[in-house]
Amino acid sequence: MIEVKNIRKSFGEKIVINDVSAAMKSGQCNLIIGSSGSGKTVLMKCMVGLFAPDKGEILYDGANFVEMTGEQRTNIRKEIGMLFQGSALFDSLTVQQNVMFPLDMFTKDTTREKLKRVNEVLDRVNLVDTNKKFPSELSGGMKKRVALARAIVLNPKYLFCDEPNSGLDPQTSLVIDKLIREITIEYNICTVVNTHDMNSVMEIGNYILYMYQGNKEWEGTNKEIIFSKNQRLNEFIFASEFLKDAKEMRMLEETGKMPPGNN
Amino acid sequence: MGIISDIGRYLLMLKGMFSRPENGKMYWKEFMHQCSDIGVGSLGIVAIISVFIGAVSTVQTAYQLITPLIPKSTIAVIVRDTVILEFAPTLTCIVLAGVVGSKIASELGNMRVSEQIDALEIMGINTKTYLIMPKIAAGLLTIPMLIAIAMALGIWGGRLAANMANIVSPEEFDKGLHEGFLPYNVFFALAKSYTFAFIICSIPAFFGFYVKGGSLEIGRASTKAVVISCIMILFADYILSALLL
Ligand SMILES: Nc1ncnc2c1ncn2[C@@H]1O[C@H](COP(=O)(O)OP(=O)(O)O)[C@@H](O)[C@H]1O
Ligand SMILES: [Mg+2]
Repeated sequence: MIEVKNIRKSFGEKIVINDVSAAMKSGQCNLIIGSSGSGKTVLMKCMVGLFAPDKGEILYDGANFVEMTGEQRTNIRKEIGMLFQGSALFDSLTVQQNVMFPLDMFTKDTTREKLKRVNEVLDRVNLVDTNKKFPSELSGGMKKRVALARAIVLNPKYLFCDEPNSGLDPQTSLVIDKLIREITIEYNICTVVNTHDMNSVMEIGNYILYMYQGNKEWEGTNKEIIFSKNQRLNEFIFASEFLKDAKEMRMLEETGKMPPGNN
Repeated sequence: MGIISDIGRYLLMLKGMFSRPENGKMYWKEFMHQCSDIGVGSLGIVAIISVFIGAVSTVQTAYQLITPLIPKSTIAVIVRDTVILEFAPTLTCIVLAGVVGSKIASELGNMRVSEQIDALEIMGINTKTYLIMPKIAAGLLTIPMLIAIAMALGIWGGRLAANMANIVSPEEFDKGLHEGFLPYNVFFALAKSYTFAFIICSIPAFFGFYVKGGSLEIGRASTKAVVISCIMILFADYILSALLL
């Protein structure tokens, strides 16, 4: 469980995150959604401590991350896995070395044990026969999967994914989304995902936080989101005409009449 | 104002570098990797430039010493001293600032821009210790060695040129090499090379580590890193000469 309390972050004069609070439970996918530039990445980086928030608290199972000493932070960090928007694989290492890196650094396992674990997670993200390849030889979707494998190799309690399916085709996106959901449930991880992809929202959004220009505009679940009356959220969700039609049909089915304001 | 805050951040970076390694074996591996990159990787260029510098200084010294009153072996004395005092440490390090410095700045800059440094940070690794410390340590070990090699090769190049152009015979050259040799000069050159090695590794590391923006910025940072390293080398050269000679 991660609780965000009244987080505020500004760069110079510009307030990028304004008094945002949220509670994200373990064993489910917690989504931060919003259009580009709404502050999703900055909020996530505040949560993991890559940015220091101007004010507010980040509680990891009750412990305030913002006020921790370096050593305490390091201990929490060992339980965090993060998938970056650009994958952030180490260029000079092969896929196998990339995924093994956290094990090399933080465990005293033998090479054979480590290799076994690496193959387990690579298998988990459906990558086979890529162990000896370098990141530059992989496609975008494969890189994301390697990065996901690296993020989960130490069995994290908290998993952060920054736009896990940006730049991927819809099918590959779906594969990644499903993987994230399966892993979350399987290991009871507290997963936080940034996205502006509505498919992901509907597919995995157990908890959704909608950001609008740095403010929390709406929160709820994927069951509630399409019935939301929030004007800005609706504009975001129903950016495509097709979805708008779908919503109208559904409203029609539920209430027997067309929603007001549409003709 | 910008310069002062840069110096402050540079010093903080150096301070942040001193923390307990998470895993000694991985740090050792990184250190060995850097030794091979910085040391072995620059051996070729250092060898080539030092031979030529020795040769050129022999020819030019001979050209300037036209009076027959001075014995030919004096050329060897002058070549020996200029190579040891100035050419081997300073010129080699200026070249290394280009070769090694730009490599360090662009490697770290690329890691910063592609969020690899953030990824290490999230894993709970002290990135300053893991990425910068091994580079500086490897530089401090290998660059003085390269300079010792440059001294030997520079003098050898001078001897070769003297022989080929019939300026001084090898016997007379060797006699000159032994005349009034001051071991203190070698000590001075080593003091310079440790200082320069630190500059060559730490300044580019600073510019690379704190790159902001995209790939364009990486190029800018490495150019800036090389220019500032060169200026700092020449500045330190002057200060050390004033203090120690
Ligand atoms: N390091 C930074 N320095 C200054 N401004 C930043 C920085 N990072 C992000 N911003 C600004 O914060 C806002 C939110 O950015 P971001 O969180 O990356 O958006 P997104 O929701 O697309 O991930 C943007 O207007 C961006 O310009
Ligand atoms: Mg973003």
